[in-house]
Amino acid sequence: MNTFSIKNVLKKNTMAIVLFVVYVFFTIMTGGNMFTPSNIASLIDQNAYVFILGAGMLMCMLTGGNIDLSVGSFVCFMGAIAGVFSVINHVNTPLTLILVLVVGIIYGAVLGYLIAYLRIPPWIATLAGYLAFRGLGTQILITVSETSAISNFPDSFLRIFSGKIFETPWGEYNIPCILLGVIGAAAVVVLNFLSRARKVKKGYQVDPMYFTIIMSVIEVAVIMVLAVQLSLDGGIPVVLLWLIAVLIVYGIITEKTTIGRHFMTVGGNAETSRLSGINNKLVMFAAYLNMSVLTVLAALIVTARFGSANSFAGQNFELDAISACIVGGVSAYGGSGTVMGMVIGAALIGVINQGMSLMSIDQDWIKIVKGLVLLAAVVFEIISKKGNRKYD
Amino acid sequence: MAKVLLEMKSITKTFPGVKALDNVNLRVEEGEIHALVGENGAGKSTLMNVLSGIYPFGTYEGDIVYDGEVCEFHKIKDSEKKGIVIIHQELALIPYMTIGENMFLGNEQGKKYNIDWNKTYAEADKYLAMVGLTESSKTLIKDIGTGKQQLVEIAKALAKHAKLLILDEPTSSLNETDSRALLDLMKKLKSEGMTMIIISHKLNEVSYVADHITVVRDGSTIETLDAKTDDISEARIIKGMVGREITDRFPKRHDCEIGDVMMEVKNWTVFHPEFSERKVVDDVSINVRKGEVVGIYGLMGAGRTELAMSIFGRSYGIGISGSLILKGEELTLKNPRQAIKAGIAYVTEDRKGNGLVLSNSIKVNTSLANLDALSSGSFIDKDKEYLVAEEYVQKLKTKTPSVEQLVGNLSGGNQQKVLLAKWMFADPDVLILDEPTRGIDVGAKYEIYCIINDLAKAGKSVIMISSELPEVIGMSDRIYIMNQAKIVGEMKASDATQENIMACIVKSGSEA
Repeated sequence: MNTFSIKNVLKKNTMAIVLFVVYVFFTIMTGGNMFTPSNIASLIDQNAYVFILGAGMLMCMLTGGNIDLSVGSFVCFMGAIAGVFSVINHVNTPLTLILVLVVGIIYGAVLGYLIAYLRIPPWIATLAGYLAFRGLGTQILITVSETSAISNFPDSFLRIFSGKIFETPWGEYNIPCILLGVIGAAAVVVLNFLSRARKVKKGYQVDPMYFTIIMSVIEVAVIMVLAVQLSLDGGIPVVLLWLIAVLIVYGIITEKTTIGRHFMTVGGNAETSRLSGINNKLVMFAAYLNMSVLTVLAALIVTARFGSANSFAGQNFELDAISACIVGGVSAYGGSGTVMGMVIGAALIGVINQGMSLMSIDQDWIKIVKGLVLLAAVVFEIISKKGNRKYD
Repeated sequence: MAKVLLEMKSITKTFPGVKALDNVNLRVEEGEIHALVGENGAGKSTLMNVLSGIYPFGTYEGDIVYDGEVCEFHKIKDSEKKGIVIIHQELALIPYMTIGENMFLGNEQGKKYNIDWNKTYAEADKYLAMVGLTESSKTLIKDIGTGKQQLVEIAKALAKHAKLLILDEPTSSLNETDSRALLDLMKKLKSEGMTMIIISHKLNEVSYVADHITVVRDGSTIETLDAKTDDISEARIIKGMVGREITDRFPKRHDCEIGDVMMEVKNWTVFHPEFSERKVVDDVSINVRKGEVVGIYGLMGAGRTELAMSIFGRSYGIGISGSLILKGEELTLKNPRQAIKAGIAYVTEDRKGNGLVLSNSIKVNTSLANLDALSSGSFIDKDKEYLVAEEYVQKLKTKTPSVEQLVGNLSGGNQQKVLLAKWMFADPDVLILDEPTRGIDVGAKYEIYCIINDLAKAGKSVIMISSELPEVIGMSDRIYIMNQAKIVGEMKASDATQENIMACIVKSGSEA
C-alpha cells in the first residue's frame, strides 16, 4: 500500500505551511520590513529561550501531558544567582557556569524526586517553584543591588551566550556565516538522499524521487536565505549555535534512541510501560531534571542578551514553552510530539509576535491573537484525529 | 404469533470507505429475549447504535418501525423517550457516587433546580428490589462488586421506564455465579413482560436465555434461529457466525515433548496493596515444565491475575513471600525488567489497559519489551525494528495494512496478536497468558490456540489463565484450580471434566 499522496504531504506539513503563509503575510503587511536582516536576526535572538525551554517542555509533555510551571521563575532566580557569583563575588566565568549548573541540577533532582517518587502532581510541585523562585530571585536582587538588577557581567560571560562570532560590519557579506549555511544545506541534502537510498536498498516504501528533490530544494532555500540574511546582519549569532546544538541533540533523543521511546511509552500508557520493563519513575525523574538543566541554559542566554539579571526576567516563559509545544502538535495528553513540530510552533508564535509588533499593533491584541492561535491549533489537532478514527 | 415490537428494515450504514451494515433486517417480538450474535466487527454494535439514535436518523438508510410507527431518532434521548434503553458493555457508573445518584443521573427526581433526594432514594430502592438487590441505594458504587454494578445498570434502565432493553455483552466482566444470576434476572423480567435484546459472545448463555437468535456476519443478517423449533447448539450458532463449521475448537498438539521443570513457585503468598491484611494469594505452589501448557482455572477474583503479576517481577501486591525457582536457580525478581531478563513474560488480560500503547504503531508495540535487542548504545535500529514487526505480522497472520498502523485501530483479535508478538519477541522461557482469548471472536480464538501450541512445541513453558472451562480443558496438559486465593486442585487434562473441576471449587468453598 502506497501512502504517498499530495493530500498526505499537505496534512503532515500543515503547520509548516501555515508558518510560511503567516510569514509572507506579515512581510507584505510590513512592506518587507519583516524580511530585513536585522529583523530576522532579532527573531532568533528574541525567541531563543522558547526553543530551548520548548525542548525541555516537550520531554515533560511526552510523559503524559505533564508541564513545568516553574521555568519562568527559575530563569529569574538563576539569573540572580549567576549575577551574585559572577558580578558581585567576581567568580571567574567557568566556575560561575559550573556553580549555576550545579544549582540547576539540585533543583531538578529535588523536583524530579517529588514528582516521580512522591507522586506529587507536576503542576502542583512546579506551581510551588513558580511562586517561590520569583520571590527568592527578586529578594536576592533587592538585597545585593540598589537598582534591584545586576548588570556589568564580564565580557567572557557575555561572549559565550550572546553576540556574534566572526563579526563583520552591517551590510557586508559575512563569509563564515554563509559557509555555515552551505555546510548545513549540504548536510541536509546528503542526509535526505542517503536515507532514501538506504530505504530503496532494503526494499521499503519510499516517496517518489521528485518529492525528495522538491523537499531538498525547499530546505536548501530556507537555510540559504537565512544564512545570507544573517550574514548581512554581521554574522552567526552565538545563540543560534546553542539552538542548533540543543535541537539536534533532542531531535536525536526523541527520534532515534530508546530513551526517547521510553518517554513516549510512559505517556502513551504508563501501566503498559511499567509491565514492559520500563522504569517509569526514572523517566519522570529524568524529564524534570532535564527541564531544569535546559532552564539554566535559557537563563544564561536571557541574562547575557540583556546584559543584566532583573526581577522581571523569565515572566511567562513557561507559558511560551507550553504554547510552542501545543501549537507544534505535541499531544496535551502525552505520548506523541516531535522536536521539529515544537520548533515550528515556537517559530509561528514568534513570527506573529514580531509581525504584529512591527505593524505597531497593541500588545493586548497580540495576546488575543496568540490565544486564538493556540486554541485553533488544538481544535485542528483534535478534529484531524477524529477524521482518522475508524468505525467500531 | 406475538406482536412485533421492533422491526428494523433494510438498514444500511456506510462509513467512509466501509459498508458497516448492509441491508440488515431484525424483528423483535414483544416479551421475548432476542440474542444478537456475530464475530467482532460483524456490525452488532453498529446496529444497536443506529437503533438507539447514537447514529442519528439520516446517516443510515432503511426504516426503524417501533411499536407500530416509523421512528426517526436524532439522539439517545429520543429513543429513551420511547422506552428503548441500551446498557453498554463498559459500565457507565460513577464510582464515588451512590447507587441512587447514579440511577437518576440525567433523569433527576424533583423540581428543575431542586433535586428531591428523598424521592430519589425511595424510587431507587424500589427499582433495586425489582432486580433483587438488597443494598441500600445510598451505598457508593465503588463498594459493590461488578456483578451488582451490572444489576444497578439494569435497575437504572428500568427507572427510565424501559420497554425494550438492550444489553451489550452484559456478562463479559462477570464470573459464572454472577452471570447466571443476571441471566435469571433477564428471564424474570421477561415473565413480567419486558422485551430484551442481548449481544453476547458467550454462546452457552445465549442458548440459555434466548427465544430467538439472529446471527450477523460481515454487516449482514445471516439467519434468525428459533429456540423452540431450531437447533441452537453452540456448534450450530458458530457455523452461522463464521460461515463454516469448526469441527475442532481446540487444535491438537502433535510431537510436543514435555521436558524438565522450567519454573517452580513454592509457598507463594501475596497481600493486597491497599488492604494489607488481606491475602490475595495464599501459600500457592505450582510448577511448569518445558514444552508444557499448564492451565490455571478459577473464577474472577480467585487471585489468578494477582498470582501471575506477583511472579512477574512483583508487579502486584505487597509482602510477597515464597520462593521462585527458574531453571533450577532460586531468584528474587524485584521488578518487571528483571523478570523479563530472567525469561518470564506476562501477557496481560487487559490488553488495552496495560498491554499495549494504543496510540502507537504495531511496530513500536512489538519491540517494546525487548527494545535493547534492537539497539546498540541507546540508538534504535529502526530498520531492524521494522523487519521484526513485519516478521511477526506474517507469522501470527495479523490483519493490518502495514506495521505502521496504530494498534488502537485494530480489532480485538488482532490487538491480541500484537500483544503476543510483543512478548514472543522478548523471547521468554515462560509465558504467562492471562485470559488470552477474552473478548475476541471464534475464528481469532482458534488462531491464538495455534500460536500457543507453536510456543509449546518450540520448548516454551506456557501458563494459561482462563475462566472458560472448555478452553482450559481443551488446551492444557495439566490444570491447577484456584479458588479464594488458594490452589484447591490439580489434575491432568485427560482426567478433567467441567463437572469435576467445578466440584473442586464447590468443595473448597464449603470447607472455608
